[in-house]
Amino acid sequence: MATQEEIVKGLADIVNEIAGIPTEDVKLDKSFTDDLDVDSLSMVEVVVAAEEQFGVKIPDDDVKNLKTVGDAADYILKAQQV
Amino acid sequence: MSGILDGKRILVTGVLMESSIAFHTAKLAQEQGAEIILTAFPRPTLTERIARKLPRPTKVIELDVTNAEHLAGLEGVVRDELGGLDGVVHSIGFAPQDALGGNFLNTPFESVATAMHVSAYSLKSLTMACLPLMSDGGGSVVGLTFDAQYAWPQYDWMGPAKAALEATSRYLARDLGKQNIRCNLISAGPIGSMAAKSIPGFSELADVWNHRSPLEWNMSDPEPAGRGVVALLSDWFPMTTGEIVHVDGGLHAIGA
Repeated sequence: MATQEEIVKGLADIVNEIAGIPTEDVKLDKSFTDDLDVDSLSMVEVVVAAEEQFGVKIPDDDVKNLKTVGDAADYILKAQQV
Repeated sequence: MSGILDGKRILVTGVLMESSIAFHTAKLAQEQGAEIILTAFPRPTLTERIARKLPRPTKVIELDVTNAEHLAGLEGVVRDELGGLDGVVHSIGFAPQDALGGNFLNTPFESVATAMHVSAYSLKSLTMACLPLMSDGGGSVVGLTFDAQYAWPQYDWMGPAKAALEATSRYLARDLGKQNIRCNLISAGPIGSMAAKSIPGFSELADVWNHRSPLEWNMSDPEPAGRGVVALLSDWFPMTTGEIVHVDGGLHAIGA
């Protein structure tokens, strides 16, 4: 199971690959849409990629609550433990 | 195992998310024996990721239906992969944000033109790009509409775009009947896919289904619409063309 640190690093690589954002900009307090400029379709792909990488399921209804990188990391951390 | 699409080769556009009607169409088509190929836009890498959730691996081709080069290149790639086609699924729609969500009276023509080009004219462009692949024996073209007989809340210029799509389908049916190519549409009820996420105030639009639909409508289940598409792709509607089949829980039949 990945630690929070590993999850953030994994998310940074995913956001970099999909939206071209430098990995060092992807920090816990950053908002995907407001700070990192990830558009809605890219966000869909980030979620699908994160599901694959971390072996979790993130339902559509929950995605809208994942505003920041920290929200996503916490969600994945909890989802891994289920 | 025998299925209603055994031996058929189907091109499916519009697989964007697992909640896409096109995803369920592709999945059901494979389960019913078809070989499929997917086209993707605007994010082929996303479509590739979603395609991994299908029962069998499938090729993904980038295809922007407003790009003449993409359309011209389609025949060769599909022929190399499948040899030809027996069916095409058009699941494509787009309107700029200023054409949706209560801005009907102020939308500039450029945005309307984009909505029409991507959402309606593309049925003709895609069908013509695939026509040489359906030259032996004909085929079935199936598109997806949202009932254009009515003005809906928030739907705005997608409404006229869907009306144009419905008319385009009838004219394609007229002009391609001699080549045994059928062209039909599924008029689906609201589904919580990317199409829905892109429409501000979508829940207001969808709410009427909670009150008026004879069959209980589930917005998070795209499979019924996918089943409708697969049925129209099959040999079980051999003399049906220019038709719009409602998969909307029956809402279209109810006045109030």
